[in-house]
Amino acid sequence: MPAFIAVVVIYGLIKKVPVFDTFSSGAREGFKTLYSIAPTLIGLIVAVNMFKASGAIDFLCDKITPAADYLGFPKEIVPMILLRPVSGGGSTALLTDIYKNYGPDSFAGEVASVLAGSTETTFYAIAVYFGSVGIKKIRHTLIAALAADFTAAVMAVLTVRLMN
Amino acid sequence: MLNYIFAGIIALSLIFSVFTGNTKALADAVINGAEESVRLLITMAGMLTLWSGIMEIASKGGLTELFSRILSPVMIRLFKNVKKDSRILRLISMNVSANMLGLGNAATPLGLSAVKEMKRLSGESDRATDDMIVFVVMNTASIQIMPTMVATLRQSYKSTHPFSILPEVWISSACALAVGLTLAKILIKK
Repeated sequence: MPAFIAVVVIYGLIKKVPVFDTFSSGAREGFKTLYSIAPTLIGLIVAVNMFKASGAIDFLCDKITPAADYLGFPKEIVPMILLRPVSGGGSTALLTDIYKNYGPDSFAGEVASVLAGSTETTFYAIAVYFGSVGIKKIRHTLIAALAADFTAAVMAVLTVRLMN
Repeated sequence: MLNYIFAGIIALSLIFSVFTGNTKALADAVINGAEESVRLLITMAGMLTLWSGIMEIASKGGLTELFSRILSPVMIRLFKNVKKDSRILRLISMNVSANMLGLGNAATPLGLSAVKEMKRLSGESDRATDDMIVFVVMNTASIQIMPTMVATLRQSYKSTHPFSILPEVWISSACALAVGLTLAKILIKK
């Protein structure tokens, strides 16, 4: 990362860009962006925290475990599959929990690693991009994005099973 | 949509907490969540501001041109309406390149500008355009070449081969992206 910054700044200097002035005006835009996403982010994180604390997520997991067994998903990663699209921090917490209990090189540990590496926090991305420009009718975005997340989960189990 | 998700999650949480007896935990979650989210914003603030400044230099210096030239043939096929507007296409290509390199903090401001421009193109409607759907679906899937965070975490938990999961990650994310984009395209046509 520091190398990337240095390359960009030196490259800019060679191209005769007023690097610091340009940096300041760009950085100001970045700060404004943060200001505009803050309310959305605060609202959504509180909602997700409530969902976790109420026990609703555990209830959902219990309901889904038989289906997970049927699909060949290790049940240790079911909470992570459910939380992954909703909360980046929450799913990272679950990932470290799996590493701690089963080890990063166990079957569950590897599946969880692949899942974490091949997905993004779907709800966060949707909230940030559509929230920042005031789009209310998001049409098919969520369905397509969640289908991608589900594919990643299935593929994580399949690839770890077949490639090891 | 977000209105229903937000209301739904909060209502479900309240109902569940009453049944499971977690009402105290729910109250704590509200306070902690509000605090935690501000802490996250503060953590993000430095990097987001820094990256926006650095990327501005890169963009003024012409690095953007280079990236977008490599990616634009693919992007032209994916985004039907923005191809007349090379500025949006360039923002999209830069956003995708930054995501591939794992520079999520650099990708977000670029993506936000892209969406803002797409909205201007749509006449400031509050309805997502076809291109916006494709773009956001692409951003909800991971197209990272090197998942640094996962590899670092594996290493710190004493994995004997922290990087061995890379091929699996590439295959899974490519399949996920393909399914997401295909489904988005099919549903848009309907």
